[in-house]
Amino acid sequence: MSPESYIHNKTNGALKKLATSIPGFDHICEGGLPENRTTLLSGTAGSAKTVFAVQFLAEAIRRSGDAGVFVTFEESPDDIRRNMLGFGWDIAAWEEQRKWAFVDASPQPETDEIVSGDYDLGALLARIEHAVRTVNAKRVSMDSLGAIFTFLPNPARVRSELFRTASALRRMNVTALMTAERTHEYGEVARYGIEEFVADNVIILRNTLEEEKRRRTVEILKFRGTAHQKGEYPFTIIPGEGVIVLPLSAMELKQKSSDIRVSSGSEELDRMCGGGFFRDSVILVSGATGTGKTLMTTEFIAGGAKNGERCLLFAFEESREQLFRNARGWGHDFAQMEQEGRLRVICEYPEVIGLEDHLIRMKNCIEEFKPNRVAVDSLTALERVSTVKGFREFVIGITSFIKHKEITGLFTATTPSLLGGASVTESHISTITDSIILLRYVEMLGEIRRGLAVLKMRGSAHEKHIREVMIDSNGMHIGVPYRDVSGILSGSPTHVSSADIDRIAGLFVDDGKSGG
Amino acid sequence: MTHRLKLYITGRTHSSEQAMENLRRLMEQQVPGAYEITIVDVLESPQEAEADRVLATPTLIKESPPPTRRILGDLSDTNKVLLGLGLNGTPRKVS
Repeated sequence: MSPESYIHNKTNGALKKLATSIPGFDHICEGGLPENRTTLLSGTAGSAKTVFAVQFLAEAIRRSGDAGVFVTFEESPDDIRRNMLGFGWDIAAWEEQRKWAFVDASPQPETDEIVSGDYDLGALLARIEHAVRTVNAKRVSMDSLGAIFTFLPNPARVRSELFRTASALRRMNVTALMTAERTHEYGEVARYGIEEFVADNVIILRNTLEEEKRRRTVEILKFRGTAHQKGEYPFTIIPGEGVIVLPLSAMELKQKSSDIRVSSGSEELDRMCGGGFFRDSVILVSGATGTGKTLMTTEFIAGGAKNGERCLLFAFEESREQLFRNARGWGHDFAQMEQEGRLRVICEYPEVIGLEDHLIRMKNCIEEFKPNRVAVDSLTALERVSTVKGFREFVIGITSFIKHKEITGLFTATTPSLLGGASVTESHISTITDSIILLRYVEMLGEIRRGLAVLKMRGSAHEKHIREVMIDSNGMHIGVPYRDVSGILSGSPTHVSSADIDRIAGLFVDDGKSGG
Repeated sequence: MTHRLKLYITGRTHSSEQAMENLRRLMEQQVPGAYEITIVDVLESPQEAEADRVLATPTLIKESPPPTRRILGDLSDTNKVLLGLGLNGTPRKVS
């Protein structure tokens, strides 16, 4: 190649990408798979390679009507047709519509083969080409290459055949996905060093066990000559939908910020927050068990519903009956609000599904119900079913999603100790939330009382006092500041004599002369 | 009894020619006149390769007598071909 053509290639050679339409995946690909190229998809057994390879074709058929060819080396077409029905992909129907064609290269148990001399994959290539022509395919999936390696006599033959296959696919103007087996989650890209043969574009699927929890991730190892997001992104597999990638850290911080205030449901708390919560802000309410988190959630939801807003409550700690009874006890009729369509309460056991699935279901609920307010009680319950990393990704995911939708969000977090202390939840998400409200027990002169403080209120002035909170049958009442106690936040409150308070107060009296 | 054989090839490549030549010579030696060979070029009839689920070329399929057998390669290893065709390496009378 002459230097001129090299430069020419470099400036004009920006690779086009083909959107896969696999949810979230195009985001981390920055557009899709390199068009008219072959991409290697490598993963261990059970890492969802086949689902991914099928979905690559299925999304094209469903969205743009582009046909696909599926070359299967392991499972029989019948097995694939049956297994993929659960995702809502009716392959048999697509075959009838000539949108899908199988090339069946799966092993036939009844025939034994004898080898006498040299051979190549000429017949397979001719079959693929025939299938591509017949349905006018734009995409080809080959699942999985491992079988070719046991089929061909030596590595040199494998090299030449894969090279032939890749260039034949390119000539056919299709974008191809080849899957390959790997033995370890972290190690060589694929068995037999396949990446040496189709090395230009490599994607890795992982299915790892972290802290006794399964975690699936997808990573784009390389796209030659074009950009992509780096690192592992979690994904999940959902019945009726297939693979959904959660491009969490790839999300842009593009949320709008509004100055519109909404009521917290408590006039006094609104005052403490400088006039209420911001409409598209996320508030974290932290406290030990029994400090009034669920009550504050209830008032937040009921306050919204009373103003005619639509409110959505995700409850992970209490049953519907318990929640409704408690709300009734505080004077709020959840059942009626639900009937009038202003409220939806969703109660789930956190342990039922993984956190990625919770996130997707919650997003779907929000998309469907279109609430003005969302409350999650509690995040800590969800933390139990996830890894630390997965939980952080979840919080970022749900937070940015609801802010993007200009929804007010209220999350609760349970602190592990009764007095003072911070929860793990808090330390993970405090930087993500806009406001933090602390609910704390205050032990004072042999009595347990409750305190409330607005710790942070992004973009607004707020009250700095720790106020007493009383709970009775009418709900929450915010009283006067604790002036004679210190050390509430650290969990060791001590009584301060009024003489001391006066003395300290005196130090800060504005005499009109100080500069600050 | 006639030996019915189908030989899949890809175009007129060296290994295609080799396979055809090797097969004809062998059958003529073993069972002269008692065989039928069908040559299928996958470039011309890919759908037939699809129906027979052939991956490699050359592939020889012994369709009869049973059992059905497949022999991959250019058929240069005579002993293996004979084994695959059930001819045991020695010329014999066909009953």
